[in-house]
Amino acid sequence: MGSQVHGTQEFNKAKRAEIKFSDAAMETVKTIISRYPQGKQKSALLPVLHVAQAEFGGWLSAEVMDYVAEVLNIKPIEVFEVASFYTMFNLKPVGKCTLEVCQTSSCWLNGAEDIVRYIEKKLNIKVGETTKDGMFTLKVAECLGSCGTAPMMQCGASFHENLTLEKVDALLEKYRSEGRLRSYTDLDYQNTL
Amino acid sequence: MGKKLLIHNDRVPGIHTLDVYRAHGGYASVEKALKSMTPDQVTEEVKKSGLRGRGGAGFPTGMKWSFLAKPEGVPRYLVCNADESEPGTFKDRYLMEKIPHALIEGMITSSYALGANQSYIYIRGEYFYVARILETAIAEAYAAGWLGKNILGTNYSLELSVQVGGGAYICGEETALLESLEGKRGNPRIKPPFPAVAGLWGCPTVVNNVETIAAVCPIVMMGGEEYAKIGVGKSTGTKLISASGHINKPGVYEIELGLPVEEFIYSEEYCGGIRNGKKMKAVVAGGSSVPILPTELILKTAKGEPRLMTYESLADGGFQTGTMLGSGGFIVMDEDTSIVKNLFTFTRFYHHESCGQCSPCREGTGWMEKILKKILDGKGTLADVDLLWDIQSKIEGKTICPLGEAAAWPVAAALRHFKHEFEAYVKNPSSIKDVKHYYRLNNLVEA
Repeated sequence: MGSQVHGTQEFNKAKRAEIKFSDAAMETVKTIISRYPQGKQKSALLPVLHVAQAEFGGWLSAEVMDYVAEVLNIKPIEVFEVASFYTMFNLKPVGKCTLEVCQTSSCWLNGAEDIVRYIEKKLNIKVGETTKDGMFTLKVAECLGSCGTAPMMQCGASFHENLTLEKVDALLEKYRSEGRLRSYTDLDYQNTL
Repeated sequence: MGKKLLIHNDRVPGIHTLDVYRAHGGYASVEKALKSMTPDQVTEEVKKSGLRGRGGAGFPTGMKWSFLAKPEGVPRYLVCNADESEPGTFKDRYLMEKIPHALIEGMITSSYALGANQSYIYIRGEYFYVARILETAIAEAYAAGWLGKNILGTNYSLELSVQVGGGAYICGEETALLESLEGKRGNPRIKPPFPAVAGLWGCPTVVNNVETIAAVCPIVMMGGEEYAKIGVGKSTGTKLISASGHINKPGVYEIELGLPVEEFIYSEEYCGGIRNGKKMKAVVAGGSSVPILPTELILKTAKGEPRLMTYESLADGGFQTGTMLGSGGFIVMDEDTSIVKNLFTFTRFYHHESCGQCSPCREGTGWMEKILKKILDGKGTLADVDLLWDIQSKIEGKTICPLGEAAAWPVAAALRHFKHEFEAYVKNPSSIKDVKHYYRLNNLVEA
């Protein structure tokens, strides 16, 4: 995996020079690091990876992970082993809007499979795929804590609950017309509870 | 109406803000504890209250606190487990979203009792927006002097912050949570040492669930003895129940422990009965990992006594005929539900969420998922049904953390109480097609 992911060192250096947090993102990163005792900055890794993912196109390339390692003064492998463990981190490019439809028990009991099938048909993609225009990626998710408002899907920071096919239509329309990247760190989250 | 101590103000407009929360008596427990009680006195009240961990294990909170090692010069930490990920459970999210200050108040009072000057709320990454709500509330609390240096002019200081996770059920296990909080993969640690001795960064640490910490506020205010008067026996106080599935009124309910299960399901005050006039088939009473029970066993124990919403009554009969209160994730299934298919969603979940550290869990969860898929595809054999039983029995008790049990128990219980359904699918695969796998949406499409 390592050689595939990391490529040659020369290539890495060239790419890495272009990767840098914006001033605002760097401020956020510093605030996160300040929450932990001196020398325990590795604890900031998960929250900082979320910032990085939002900052660099919705996924974590090897170069981005190496940059995060540099910022936190830890080894690149320490970043990769974490990024590859948690489901919220994308190690491959994704669409601007990742639609994550919960499929566990209560959502299944309330028709989650219909939601998935409907989106597959509407966007002409299968679970795990991205639309050709790079707008949507469809995923299934395991229990997201919306069992009482099932079925639901998450897109970035927003929870869309008590879904109906009409609601899905309206959401996809809205997201397509806005056309921007949706991240877990978005401040304009919507909660339809 | 049962007594409510945690979410009685959930519908008050603006209750998420400090001003409104204060106007409704908020932060009184911090005042009382810091100004008139020693840390040990707070712990003593929690012990007297009989409060038990609300995350699922039900371990007595006061006892857990009393295990905390207190070596000189070593920092101690309180970490709130807000990683709520047990399928069927959404109570902590509700509490944090509606009344974030209730958790922050509990964190201050509890941190004071434990002598922690730095505390963390570890929240699952998917709840990012809830973390925002908490952070806003924490900023308000700092600005008003409830957090930071010399709270209320006392010698006590506390820093509190939120950390988001990355999407991993396993981080709800306390040692995996600590690993994650240290910026690592969520692989559970071997115990001992327990976190009370060596937890966060090797320091003594208490990890408590959101609801447990919030419950400390009413306990300090009313006193442990008064709190213990609510409930039945060793199940004291109130409990948040997340109700979902085929019921008329899904949602989060605060109940007094001891409420009859039947009343909880059928009364208008709570779940309001089964949707569309259907009959109830089965209930998962405490989150996905506890044994599923058929209607007759969830309403009454094997001895014929009414089943109550308590740790003891739900467990009556052991796993042969009983279940567990667990996290209070209460999933109700109607007569049309396929138990096999529901079990498949659980098993797929545990396979997805296994951290991969222990072979029985890493491999076994995948095998069980495959076999269930085979049965649902109409290709199962009777030997497969036996194999399922065999695999689950070889996971239980053979892993570092309880995810192994959590994955094995639902399989065992489904086979124990609904084996005929598995066998029917195997003997007559065409019957699988008749099972209604879709509910509300199907009706919607047809309409």
